[in-house]
Amino acid sequence: MYTGELLASAKKVEAARDANLALEPARMTAEEKDSLLETWHPDYKTSEFEELRIGVNRGDKVPHELAALLEGCPRIGAPDVDLSKIDYDTDVLIIGGGGAGSSAAIEADKNGARCMIVTKLRIGDANTMMAEGGIQAADKPNDSPAIHYLDAFGGGHFAAKPELLYKLVNEAPEAIEWLNGLGVEFDKAPDGTMITTHGGGTSRKRMHAARDYTGAEIMRTLRDEVLNRGIPVIDYTAAVELILDEDGKCAGAVLMNMETRELKIARAKTVILATGGAGRLHYQGFPTSNHYGATADGLILGYRVGAKLLYADTLQYHPTGAAYPDQIFGALVTEKVRSLGAKLVNAEGEVFMHPLETRDVCAASIIRECAGRGKGVKTPDGSGVWLDTPMIEKKGGEGTILARIPAMYRMFAKYGIDIRTEPILVYPTLHYQNGGLDITPDGMTCVENLYAAGEVVGGIHGRNRLMGNSLLDVIVFGRNAGREASEKSKSVTTGALTLGHIDAFNRERAEAGLDSGTVSPKLLPTYTHGNPDFHKMPF
Amino acid sequence: MENFVDVFLFGKCYSVPENLTIMGAMEYAGYQLVRGCGCRNGFCGACATIYRIRGDRELKVCLACQTKVENNMYVATLPFFPLIKEVYDIEKVSPTEAVMMQLYPEIYACVGCNACTKSCTQGLNVMQYIAYAQRGDFEKCAEESFDCVMCGVCSSRCPAGISHPQVALLARRLNGKYLAPESAHLKERVKEIRDGKFEELLSDLMGKPVEELKELYNNREIEQ
Ligand SMILES: Cc1cc2nc3c(=O)[nH]c(=O)nc-3n(C[C@H](O)[C@H](O)[C@H](O)COP(=O)(O)OP(=O)(O)OC[C@H]3O[C@@H](n4cnc5c(N)ncnc54)[C@H](O)[C@@H]3O)c2cc1C
Ligand code: SF4
Ligand code: SF4
Ligand code: FES
Repeated sequence: MYTGELLASAKKVEAARDANLALEPARMTAEEKDSLLETWHPDYKTSEFEELRIGVNRGDKVPHELAALLEGCPRIGAPDVDLSKIDYDTDVLIIGGGGAGSSAAIEADKNGARCMIVTKLRIGDANTMMAEGGIQAADKPNDSPAIHYLDAFGGGHFAAKPELLYKLVNEAPEAIEWLNGLGVEFDKAPDGTMITTHGGGTSRKRMHAARDYTGAEIMRTLRDEVLNRGIPVIDYTAAVELILDEDGKCAGAVLMNMETRELKIARAKTVILATGGAGRLHYQGFPTSNHYGATADGLILGYRVGAKLLYADTLQYHPTGAAYPDQIFGALVTEKVRSLGAKLVNAEGEVFMHPLETRDVCAASIIRECAGRGKGVKTPDGSGVWLDTPMIEKKGGEGTILARIPAMYRMFAKYGIDIRTEPILVYPTLHYQNGGLDITPDGMTCVENLYAAGEVVGGIHGRNRLMGNSLLDVIVFGRNAGREASEKSKSVTTGALTLGHIDAFNRERAEAGLDSGTVSPKLLPTYTHGNPDFHKMPF
Repeated sequence: MENFVDVFLFGKCYSVPENLTIMGAMEYAGYQLVRGCGCRNGFCGACATIYRIRGDRELKVCLACQTKVENNMYVATLPFFPLIKEVYDIEKVSPTEAVMMQLYPEIYACVGCNACTKSCTQGLNVMQYIAYAQRGDFEKCAEESFDCVMCGVCSSRCPAGISHPQVALLARRLNGKYLAPESAHLKERVKEIRDGKFEELLSDLMGKPVEELKELYNNREIEQ
């Protein structure tokens, strides 16, 4: 239940609902979109970015928060560990237990390689678990991989690497078939036809879902399969530095037990980085929809050994993060809410845009509505606009919300808001890292034997990713990396291990005059919720 | 002005703002969480928590990231619970009662106390889905258990030692793979791709200059 000003505004939304429901808001022209993005999208706010001063991407712009970590102080030095004492010896070392890491592990295992997963929290404590909306694949008769390609290429501002995007769309239907074969329960009609919807920027209805627990359903199934195969999973263990061999090829990682802080050495013939995104860096002070461990570690680990970044300056702000109540500030309100018919409405009860523009356009438009036009709704944490969820029940029939988006219903019901009868307040939230490590179609970075898959990769989606293409990327490129890295491992002979790159990196820092004490990779964020962060005494 | 409440974290009292979740309250108090915190939004089941409000007879359970603090709340987290996870080969099992009997025979020792249902952090009818599993009705078990986040709270309350979320996961995988209807259009499309049906279209697109692609993109037909 809303009170005071929020209630008054919600009443306006209710009064205008029938008229708004009938309205088909116009889509923006290409020019309108460009000028909207330039003025209001956070990626275009030049004061929030800086040029990297060291490393392969020197001169490229990245957000301040990321620059501080990429140029930060390594957590360890070579003397901290003894590289002749190997704790784990394996063919394929997979860093990160989300969707990409798990898919990679399953394929590497299937290919006969020894592999293991190390992950910072538990396997499945990951962004993959949280994906609600769905996964794209062009498997309907009116659709094709070519149409999918054009949607994604245009949505990503014509910047995707064509050979990667080709792989994504062409292997999409097979990825769905693979998941289905593992037992993932997709929403289907009684005759087996996949129930598919639009997502922002799609020209065909190709969003497959498992209610609004799509990522959870995929992740728990993959995790179960990893365990069934007996693949070792070392949890609460973070990679804090990669290890190269004397020829400069990637050959393992230094691991840290997150609870005891003990360091361990893993040696491997090939390594796959699958550490996911960076929402917990809270770029520009935005809240985030991401899981607790999304701190860009993979970018830091890779960058330090010379792996190149691509589009690290492009982030995705999901247009609809929860703006109210406080307890779920920044949590994701899935795009599916809009796919199912809810429209975006301002404080006056006016529909101000087509709800299914691409995410960047949508986010910029909401920011403009609040900051530029003063038509936002004031909330305790800032401002927001209405997402008129009761429209879903009017459009799709009573019961649609419980049947199609039960997680959304539950999330708000806990705080006394019934989304079937009351609209909800939303504002953009930091959601996805569009850019990341540059790879070739075999999944390898420019460092030999170092592979990358999932959200840690950049270039597949260009400068903006469409909803449903990330879960897809995680499966397609996760499996791909697993296959390629395991195949490659069969012909690799690892030379003597070295951490020489740390000294070299420190020298580069010193030469560039970088002396910040910021330690990276970050591993976890620290929150105090307004309590002054006090100095913690050691025992 | 913020209002404060007293919460007892593992028995020790801290005064925290009343609008925080239990997870937030721990962080406000100065804990750096490692275990017991994953998605922070009700999907991963990492933050199972037991609490009692002083004076209340009833012991409550919840997800710490999804529950607001209350005054005089006594909190203990349950970041790990030893569930049984049996391994099996999904390609070789068949969706019959026998598989449950073989892998999770303890489900037949359910005494019908309903403690699992009463404790479920997702409000699921857990006892019912276990009953479906006993009968080998995997479709219904899958349906009833779908929203399970595998937090393990129900299992911590079960006198029969059942690992409910693992039973449910097995049922869902069996249902998804063997019982749900097959998607003919999906099979067909995978075959078309294997036969190279879209190669020409795709390579044609990939070879076009950006200006032409922009034209195509901006004027593409959008399914209603
Ligand atoms: C709320 C939400 C909703 C979403 N909805 C959708 C959707 O509907 N459709 C869609 O396509 N996409 C969606 N996405 C995006 C998509 O889910 C993610 O981009 C994708 O799942 C990322 O998978 P991943 O395996 O690369 O990373 P993750 O799943 O995040 O896994 C990364 C893993 O690596 C671990 N890790 C991190 N650092 C280290 C380290 N140093 N050492 C060891 N381990 C480490 C992490 O803890 C984590 O377990 C959504 C994302 C979020 C957050
Ligand atoms: S069924 Fe059990 S494991 Fe699943 S959500 Fe409910 S309490 Fe948690
Ligand atoms: S708690 Fe255990 S014994 Fe009691 S009803 Fe649930 S499954 Fe049966
Ligand atoms: S942290 Fe994932 S459910 Fe609470």
